[in-house]
Amino acid sequence: MATEAVALVEGEEPGGLVFHPFDQFEIKPLFGEIGDPVSWYTISNATFWMAMAALCVIGLLVIGTRGRAVIPSRVQSAAELVYGFVYKMVEDVTGKEGLKYFPWIMTLFLFILFSNYLGLLPLAFTPTSHIAVTAVLALGVFITVTVIGFVKNGMAFLGLFWMKEAPLFLRPVIAIIEVISYFVRPVSHSIRLAGNLVAGHAMIKVFAGFAAIAALSPLSVVAITAIYGLEVLVAGIQAYVFTILTCIYLKDALHPSH
Amino acid sequence: MATETITAEEALAVHGAEAAGPGMPQLDVSSFPNQIFWLLVTLGVIYFVLSRFALPRIGAVLAERAGTITNDIAAAEELRHRAREAETAYDKALADARAEANRIVAETKAQIQADLDTEIEKADAQIAAKTAESQAAIDEIRESAARNVSEVARDVAREIVAAFGADADAAKVDAAVDAKLGERA
Repeated sequence: MATEAVALVEGEEPGGLVFHPFDQFEIKPLFGEIGDPVSWYTISNATFWMAMAALCVIGLLVIGTRGRAVIPSRVQSAAELVYGFVYKMVEDVTGKEGLKYFPWIMTLFLFILFSNYLGLLPLAFTPTSHIAVTAVLALGVFITVTVIGFVKNGMAFLGLFWMKEAPLFLRPVIAIIEVISYFVRPVSHSIRLAGNLVAGHAMIKVFAGFAAIAALSPLSVVAITAIYGLEVLVAGIQAYVFTILTCIYLKDALHPSH
Repeated sequence: MATETITAEEALAVHGAEAAGPGMPQLDVSSFPNQIFWLLVTLGVIYFVLSRFALPRIGAVLAERAGTITNDIAAAEELRHRAREAETAYDKALADARAEANRIVAETKAQIQADLDTEIEKADAQIAAKTAESQAAIDEIRESAARNVSEVARDVAREIVAAFGADADAAKVDAAVDAKLGERA
């Protein structure tokens, strides 16, 4: 980030390169002048792209499956593929008891997946590149999972931190480490997702900035293409990672004994 | 991180070309309420749509498909079973027909043999009757021939005697002829 800040500074040098890698993440009102205040109810570009993600989800899973065909159409087939993928993930990681929470996990997965992929469209805004969004997602998972853990297991949930296999004198130490790592979960959970997307999107902009130099522009195009390909992978993988971590945390809450 | 943000902010402040704002829009706390509010709305909408419409529908479709496949497999199994049964029945019918045919052939053969035997017997009897009849006719012819011979012999002897000019007694000539014939016979 330091280099990016420097780049931003350098970008303003007269005759030099112009880099604005972070302009794409600005929250702007969708209607009205740029610089208008963004209050909590303002319809912003974030609102618009979240709505697009929701529409894509509806398009794929509701409109795509309206035929209810035993022999599916292509879109229905894709919807069933996503359904089966997440369903199997939840079932494999958390077991049968976790299937109750399948709609929530599906919601998270689809929202992140479509936000990530829609964010790869040129000029698009990526809601999941904002820590505010990913932190709410991760904290939501963290709080929900903790509550489920205590409701389902009572105080036995604290056994998650008490390693019965470890030697007795090590257990308190391990317990402290486990507690710290437990509370770090939402931090890593949210920053991993936002960080990956910010890095990729910013990098594309930086390479795009180099295109201003004629000699470098072919290289710049190649680099943008390569990073774009990488970002396509990252978009899917990060949605998957966020979801499977959610499943793992849920499994810890349902079966706290190691 | 904070220092870097300040650096960026300072940079913007110094150059003054940009609208005022922090280096990373992600850290602009003033935009948080907006994002969080709309995020919650979006998640709520997606969850509502998924849990009310999409997921039950897809689950039902998948279950229906699984059911259809199971039923189809069971039906195929049933049909195969029936085909095997039909084949067994066919084989049995074929064997029965063959046995029946053999029986009929044997029966017919026996019938024909019996008929043949009766016919042969009848024909034998007829032949015997005809033979006896013919024998009788032959005997009669032979007898009549013998009688004719003696008559002709008498007539001839009488004529010969007459030709010799002797006035022979007819009764004597007949007796002599008969005696001669009787000698030879």
